[in-house]
Amino acid sequence: MKFLFGILFLFTSFIVIAQDNSNKQETKGQLTGNFMVLFQQYNEDTLIGAVVPDAKAALNSFGNFTYTYGKLSAGVRFESYQNAILGFPSRFKGSGIGNRYVRYNDNFLDVTVGNFYEQFGTGMALRTYWEPNLGIDNALDGVRVILRPTKAIDLKGIFGEQRLDFNNRLINGSGIVRGADAEIRINDLFKSLEEKPLKVSVGGSFVSKYQAGTTIEKDSLLLLLPNNVSLTGGRVGLMYKDFQFTGEYAYKINDPNADNNYIYKDGQGMFANLTYSTKGFGLSINGKFIDNMAFRSEREALLFDVPINFLPSITRQHTYNLAATLYPYATVLNGESGISGELFYNFKKESLLGGKYGTYVGVNVAAVNSLDTTRLIGQEAIVQGYRTNSPLFGTQKYVRDINLEVRKKIDSKLSLVYAHYYFEFNTLTTPVTNDYKGIVYAHVDVIDVQYKIKPKHFIRGELQSLITEQDKGNWATALAEYTFSPHWTVAVLDQYNYGNSNPDKRVHYLYGTVGYNTGGTRIAVGYGKRRAGIFCIGGVCRAVPASNGLEINITSSF
Amino acid sequence: MKKFLLLLVVLPFLVSFNTASIPSVQLKDLNGNLVDTGKLSNDGKPMLICFWATWCSPCKKELNTYAEHYEDWKEETGVKIYAVTIDDQRTVNSVKPYINSVSWEYEILMDVNKQFAQAMGVNNPPHTFLLDGNGNIVWQHSGYQPGDEEEVHEQLLKLK
Repeated sequence: MKFLFGILFLFTSFIVIAQDNSNKQETKGQLTGNFMVLFQQYNEDTLIGAVVPDAKAALNSFGNFTYTYGKLSAGVRFESYQNAILGFPSRFKGSGIGNRYVRYNDNFLDVTVGNFYEQFGTGMALRTYWEPNLGIDNALDGVRVILRPTKAIDLKGIFGEQRLDFNNRLINGSGIVRGADAEIRINDLFKSLEEKPLKVSVGGSFVSKYQAGTTIEKDSLLLLLPNNVSLTGGRVGLMYKDFQFTGEYAYKINDPNADNNYIYKDGQGMFANLTYSTKGFGLSINGKFIDNMAFRSEREALLFDVPINFLPSITRQHTYNLAATLYPYATVLNGESGISGELFYNFKKESLLGGKYGTYVGVNVAAVNSLDTTRLIGQEAIVQGYRTNSPLFGTQKYVRDINLEVRKKIDSKLSLVYAHYYFEFNTLTTPVTNDYKGIVYAHVDVIDVQYKIKPKHFIRGELQSLITEQDKGNWATALAEYTFSPHWTVAVLDQYNYGNSNPDKRVHYLYGTVGYNTGGTRIAVGYGKRRAGIFCIGGVCRAVPASNGLEINITSSF
Repeated sequence: MKKFLLLLVVLPFLVSFNTASIPSVQLKDLNGNLVDTGKLSNDGKPMLICFWATWCSPCKKELNTYAEHYEDWKEETGVKIYAVTIDDQRTVNSVKPYINSVSWEYEILMDVNKQFAQAMGVNNPPHTFLLDGNGNIVWQHSGYQPGDEEEVHEQLLKLK
């Protein structure tokens, strides 16, 4: 509470200064912000296993307010969960302040006190971020100092607790995160290198967490859990003409935690990316391995709670309904090895395959396996778990994802997209279903047609098919969308599990929505059943939880 | 008590509100150079700031459509387009290959941790802001529906 008053005092002081000086300086104070209200009412549906919460309806909302006056800024976010909508952590309750900070920022010094979001390098060492549509917020709460002594060098230092919960106010976890990061852009350091075609940047991170140590009993051994756990990382970025390379390696010591079943084995992770691109052509190749790299500010935490680092999947982020909602892959934090590649090509206008408007083709391939490890035995297994033989593929297949997308504008009114996806998906390691444990083999086809009826009036349709012999069997999705620019959208989506081996579960997920846009405000009202995933309907993409009933979503920026 | 706190915070905002301009966040461009968003400028001519992501099909549709009109818009109004990607580490390495393959002529900024998007109050992509020659936000639009480019054009012409 004292902290809150401190912040408010600073905050209002800024504003008073801002108003006092408004005649003397050109800089003016300004308010910016946004808010979101999401209401859901739930219907019971035993067929899809939808359980109605006791309250029968739920409401999430937030409002961000940022006041900026020259180099000073301050922000506050009010949040309200009455109760939290399904898909969010159900322990989020009540209304209050979930985020607040004050910040000073000039060319040399950038200091934030309060909550902040930060990323070191690729995020393998540290990333705090906010994903309001999914209830993810691991903001640090403390102090961040960034120094930029020259345009070649960034130095960052952070110290803080991490957001864990919300109960009428922000609730932080018990751990403290300390970190430092440096990045040097070599070409900016020396004048003689400024114009050289080879651009080099290097960076290094050190992150340590403190949580009071304790002892636990595991298989008759008494384990002493450490107070401090640290992670060290280094990275390099190279750019030469049309080529670009980025790579990061991180090493973590001594971190027994709930993710790794309390083993003391050191963790490590590597990510590398090479791209080549020129007009009309782009190629990107990635390689990575992750070995015992879950890193949280509370050792008991799991899932979305207090992660310090960010280890995204190497597979593509799909958006077409059947490709996005049924088998979405997530990194196996305890260990995986993967490669992926992506190619974009644009057949030129007036060429054989390009036609009048050109033809765009994208191909993406990803493969992830378990890491090449050997399980230890006896007491060593309890303490160390396993031995890593190499960063290469182990024997267990986690995912294969091969996909192709072709976009073609036929004439001034008609444009088409065709996409094909092939998945091999291990539901044992990424538990997205309870109906099947093993590898799911699935083919998805998508046809997306957009037609201009008259100026500003468009109709768009999607037909999608998923064919598989495993899990819930075949699916089909149909979408029809009518848009009247710049305000209105009406859409109906049906996702139909027609191939389920149990005839009672051949369910339609039928969802209808009407959207209205004006300026920075958007209001959408939807009704029906919907699976979780990224939804791009009515010209907006949003990650959504599963729902069944009425939904009203209002977002606004100002 | 809570109401009092709310009042304390909100009141000064209300009395000091005026036309918004661009908050300052350090982002990287496609060549890894740092760019201070507070210093974005276009010699007194309008700017469009468009938030997008490689996984957001309406965003790509929007910017591919603007690309068809960009030369004409530049000639008429001198507008410059900043395409700010909010791709995170999962997809950010596809940004440069994608942009080259579709040959966008925009200034590209990488907002990998969405700090600029949050500072601008962006809820979901796509989201487009129009700034006048003095850097003030004069119009914005969330979402993209085919045909919206006509409204963007109308708004641009108002600034001539």
